[in-house]
This record gives sequence, C-alpha cells and structure tokens, in this order.
Amino acid sequence: MDIYSLEGKKEIIKRYSPKTRILRNSVFAFIFGGLICLSAELLRYLYLWLNIEEKDALSLVGVTLIFIASLLTALGLFDRIARYSGAGTLVPITGFSNSVTSQALDARSEGLVMGLGAKIFTVSGPVILWGIASGVLYGIIYYIYLYIIR
Amino acid sequence: MKRIKILNTPPRFISYSAVGGREEKRGPLGDAFDLCDESDSFGQKTWEMAEGEMGRCALNLALSKCNMSHDNIELLVAGDLQNQCVATSVSLGSFGAPFLGIYGACSTCTEALLILSSMIESGAVSTGACVTTSHNSAAERQFRTPLEYGGQRSPSAQWTSTAAGSFILTGDPSLLSASKYGAVSISDFMIGRIVDGATSDATNMGAAMSFAAAQSIIEYFKESDMKTRDFDLIVTGDLGKVGSDILRAILDERLPSASSRHLDCGTLLYNPKRQDVHAGASGCGTSASVLSSYLLPRLEEGELRDVLFLSTGALMSPSSVLQGNTIKGIAPVIHLHSDA
Repeated sequence: MDIYSLEGKKEIIKRYSPKTRILRNSVFAFIFGGLICLSAELLRYLYLWLNIEEKDALSLVGVTLIFIASLLTALGLFDRIARYSGAGTLVPITGFSNSVTSQALDARSEGLVMGLGAKIFTVSGPVILWGIASGVLYGIIYYIYLYIIR
Repeated sequence: MKRIKILNTPPRFISYSAVGGREEKRGPLGDAFDLCDESDSFGQKTWEMAEGEMGRCALNLALSKCNMSHDNIELLVAGDLQNQCVATSVSLGSFGAPFLGIYGACSTCTEALLILSSMIESGAVSTGACVTTSHNSAAERQFRTPLEYGGQRSPSAQWTSTAAGSFILTGDPSLLSASKYGAVSISDFMIGRIVDGATSDATNMGAAMSFAAAQSIIEYFKESDMKTRDFDLIVTGDLGKVGSDILRAILDERLPSASSRHLDCGTLLYNPKRQDVHAGASGCGTSASVLSSYLLPRLEEGELRDVLFLSTGALMSPSSVLQGNTIKGIAPVIHLHSDA
C-alpha cells in the first residue's frame, strides 16, 4: 500500500470506505415519499368535502404539510424519521419546511435579527435562489415557444 | 532531526476526570465517567456554553479528587472544537490560572498533554492542568447542518462526542502523597506532522486521519529504542471504524506487531449495535474521556504498563472543505508508562 502519495491514499480510502446503501435507501424513500403524497391526496379530498374550492384546497394541502413538518421538527421527531426516510421526506415540501424550521431553531440563541433573521434561509437558500432562477429560465423558454415558434 | 523527546523528569498524572452527555452514559464506558448529564445541556442555555460548563466541571472534579485548589494550577493548557476555542476561554476564566488555549482539532488532548509535559520538564511550571472538550450539538451546528435537520448520514460519518477530559500533571514529588493516583507518567512524546488526508469528504474524517496515525506510529518505532512488543496497547484517538480498518491494513503490511496491539477510542466510546453512531465517535473529547475513564485507571492499577497514545486530528473548516481543499491529518504521540 502506498501511503505517501495522494493517489495511493485515495485508492486506499476508496477500498475501505463503506458504500451508501442505495437500494435500501431508495426503497425507504419510495415508501415514505409515497405515503406523504398519499396523505396529501387524502387531505385534498378532505378539503373538497368541506366545500372548499379546488384552487384553495390545493393551497391548503401545501400549508398543512408544511405545518406538520415544521411541528414535527420543533418536537424533535422529524430528523429521527428522516434518518430512515431520507429523500422520501426531503424532496416533498416537508423537506423544505424542515430546513427552514431547523435552522430557525438553531439560530434563535443568537437573537431574532442577526441570528434567526439572518440565518433562517441558510439551508433552504439554494433551493429558493435556484428554484426561482430556473422558474424564470423556464418562463423565458415557454414564452419563446408560445409567441415566437408557434 | 530527533523527533522523540525523552523527558528526564517524567511528569505524573495526579488526577484525572471524565465528563459526558447522554450517549456517552449509554455507551460501554458510561459507568466509568465521573459525571454525565443526560440532558446534554449542563444547565446552560446554549450548546456552546454547555461545552464550556462541561470542561469547567471536569477540571473541578479533577481538582477535588487530588484535594487541590485553583491556586495550585500554575498553567492551564486547554482547547475545544469551537471557533476561536471559545467554550474553553469563556468557562475556564473563572479559575484565574495562567492559560494557553490550543487548537489541534481532535488531537487537542495529546497536544495539550505534551505541551504541559515539556513546560514541566523545562522547569517553567511544576504543576498544571489540561482540559479538552467537544459537544455534539455545538459541533453539528458549527460544522454540519442544524440539529433538527432531517438528512441521512453517510455510513462512514462519525458522531462527535459530548465529552470532556481533564488531567492534572505534576513534576513535584511532594504532591504525590496527597493524591491516590501518581503511578502513571509521560515518559516521552513525539509532536505530530501535518499529513494530507487525500479526501475533502468531511463525512469520512476517520479515513483522512488514518494516514497521519500510520505515519506517526511507523516513525515512532523507527526512531525509538522501544519495540512494539514493549507496549501493551497502541491507542489512536478517533479514527472510528473506517479509519481503524485502514490503519490496521497499513500496519499489517508495514508493522504487523503494532496492528495487533491497536485500539481506537472512537470505537470504544459507543456501542454501535445499540447507538446510531455509524462509524463511531469523533471530537476531541473522545480521546480525552477514554484516556481518563478507560486507559488511566488500568495503567494506575498496573493492568497496563506501557501505552502509546495518539489523539488524531482532522484539520479542516467548513469553508476549506467547500473550497475543495483536502482534509489534513495530524497525530501527536505520547508514551504513557505505569510504575504500579
């Protein structure tokens, strides 16, 4: 074993580092993510049954999921579930809610302005920035398609 | 250049203590800790201050065990994992002792002990203390993601321990009678070199540090008059499972007699079957608390005679890793000898 060159060390690290269990993680993500989507669908039916308009019902579904994820984060339960569910809870809107709430909880000790206020979007910031940026890009492409190509 | 410094008047451990949190209490060494707070908060409002309070408790416990007061401490060498070592400087100020704050990442414990040893050897001080702390929640906040963030950890990731170790060393033989301890001394040490860990993956720090540990062990035995068979154990700080596997594979090839004597504090602190710690413990409190809860009592009783002890440090910051720099490792060595 070559422990004195960078390449040699890289090879050793690669050989001895455990692999992430992709199949197991994917199955768990599929099940948990699926359950979240199923519960969202059930919520939609619930709101429609309460005679709320389709458009408002859809907004309410999002808000409800955000609230539940935020509450579970504050109760210290979200991260325990996410250890198993992984992308299943990270990808839906629940993951975004958790990233904002968890950062808010953490930064609270540094004050409401320079702590919580300044740091609340540290984790979710990239999603907000690149989410909006890709939305704009998609809008431009759609505009070109709609008014120029057609 | 001779790198091993032999101490003519080996400083002795006249007291030591280990303090931990919830996971440490649940681990195999839980009952050997002097104090554990299962809330992890140590009565403080923030995790950062909890880390400082833990260090203060550890030093107070060590002082009370050898019936000494703050005034006996001529030098305090201490460090923690936080930016600017703030936990240590905020909490240990109340002792009023001359203070050297050091940062060696997870190698801080050995670094502190060898600095204090050489100060005692030089005659600059006769009695001093070392304190090393790390706190899981403070470290997660600083180095990784918010505490309640729901992410999956890599199987090679380690769990920063909420632990502190404190040691009181003296070169003054008259103090030995007041303490029930005193059989263990530091007979020589070797300051570590910075070794490239060849990865910028902060979830695989054990692997990054393993090369520094391997080189330190190989270089120590190349220069020392002692052979590997003269040592009961060769103990590394916090390589965890992955780093230990790499170190043993390297030693099997280059120094097989050292490989069979190897133990790692990072794999001793927790029970991986019951505790969700992935590759084991990390953080500078790991080697400090295992030294005072597991190794020193065994040395004191004479169950172990000679132990080579190397805390391993991963030198990095969140920015350095994001900028693509590799993690550097360091492994300073001390030789613990027991007269019991």
